[in-house]
Amino acid sequence: MSEKEIISRLKKIVQPYVQRPEGLENFRESTSFIGDLEINSANLVDVVLDVEDEFDIEIDNDSMEGMQTVGDAKKIIQQKLA
Amino acid sequence: MKRRVVITGMGVASPNAVGLADFRNAIREGRSGIRFFPELEKLKFKCQIGGKPEISEKMLQEYFSPLQLRGLNSSGIFYGVIAGKDAWKDAGLLIEEKEKPDWNSGIIFGTGILGVDKFREAIHLIDEGKTRRLGSTSVLQTMASGISAYLGGILGCGNQVTTNSSACTTGTEALLMGFDRISSGKAERMLVGSCADDGPYVWGGFDAMRILPANYNSTPEKASRPMSESAAGFVPGSGAGALLLEDLDSAKKRGAKIYAEVLGGEINSGGQRGGGSMTAANDEAVQRCIVKALENCSLKKDEIDGINGHLTATKGDVTEIKNWVNALGRKGKDFPLINSLKGMTGHCLSASGSIECVASVLQLSDNFIFPNINCEDLHPEIVKLITSENIPRETLQTEVKTIAKASFGFGDVNAVVIFKKYIA
Repeated sequence: MSEKEIISRLKKIVQPYVQRPEGLENFRESTSFIGDLEINSANLVDVVLDVEDEFDIEIDNDSMEGMQTVGDAKKIIQQKLA
Repeated sequence: MKRRVVITGMGVASPNAVGLADFRNAIREGRSGIRFFPELEKLKFKCQIGGKPEISEKMLQEYFSPLQLRGLNSSGIFYGVIAGKDAWKDAGLLIEEKEKPDWNSGIIFGTGILGVDKFREAIHLIDEGKTRRLGSTSVLQTMASGISAYLGGILGCGNQVTTNSSACTTGTEALLMGFDRISSGKAERMLVGSCADDGPYVWGGFDAMRILPANYNSTPEKASRPMSESAAGFVPGSGAGALLLEDLDSAKKRGAKIYAEVLGGEINSGGQRGGGSMTAANDEAVQRCIVKALENCSLKKDEIDGINGHLTATKGDVTEIKNWVNALGRKGKDFPLINSLKGMTGHCLSASGSIECVASVLQLSDNFIFPNINCEDLHPEIVKLITSENIPRETLQTEVKTIAKASFGFGDVNAVVIFKKYIA
């Protein structure tokens, strides 16, 4: 799966949780889920579950904690898919 | 000085109508909301009927954001939010996104049990070892205060935001608690009400207790028969009712419309003594509750024009009428008009008190008394105590000034509230 595809799929997943829509206009690796998109920290748990469903992978708690930005998420997905 | 408290907004999600305007029509028409549910038949319930508000997908999208709707599986929250938001808007208040909460507005919104279907989902995941798959909302949907928390966030309330629970008394108790808060000067506005979840996991326990009618599965609309000789048990229901209580001065200053005044009331318990038990009321406590409610409102016994009873369609109905007769010292023709909403809605459990308060207030503001349905065969013991003319079977177009609304609940708990027509 190309990086571009992963990122576009991620964008779709996080969309419903985003409290700051402007953050989505510039959706890139450095975009921070909490800082730029203002996703409620409780909802990050739901984002992770949606990512698991979308990519058919399992993300353990340690990897989840390291998932601050879109780039982090992409890396974790790539690792799990490899 | 105590502040006067009035009702400036109402909302309702009842088995026989959702929304205040349709509810007004429904209770005037004597419309039943009791239906047959194939799911209950499949699960071998004896009583396969019940009352659920009919909520469309489209309606949910109007009341909840897409984010709130994700994974939302709590019928009580659906009904409570719909009724609560409606009451707020009906009072002419705005739902705004601003930084500061409204420090003068609070919420007391009760429930019996919340998010049962969500809890079931969670239990299955946990038992399969998949606890982390619960997501972020199972706590918020299953905690009792989930409903007041949801409403508190949507409306931005900064005064007390809490949840009470006292079985069938819940909604009426919430109203009186909100009344106290305003009359003592601690809040300007309180959104009060209650909601009840529905479905087999809520209703199963009542079916097991064999207190629900088993012989009306093919004639659901006939099943809930308060004050009737053939009453065979209460029909389980669900929904929510909400009332916006407001300090009279504040309501006047805003130019809000006023449905009625809350004069006050009383809450007590029979302590499960003296004939009272977990499931039965102590008669002395019920009578004291009625008498004390009148005293608290400085009302004489002959000033009550109407009673909206608890009257669930069980053997308890006769006892309840006896208690009213004794407490008021009024019988026969001298008894006030009395009705029970449960013929149309079933017993909406923790939502019953608030839905019935909404119905009671509509009667005062719109000058009518809704009909009792399914009691063409009035219980002979009841007719010995009060005349059948006092139990209207047709809608009465009449001006009533003062209505007493009572709720009596499991755990031997009682609440009586007195509403008065507001004349500016």
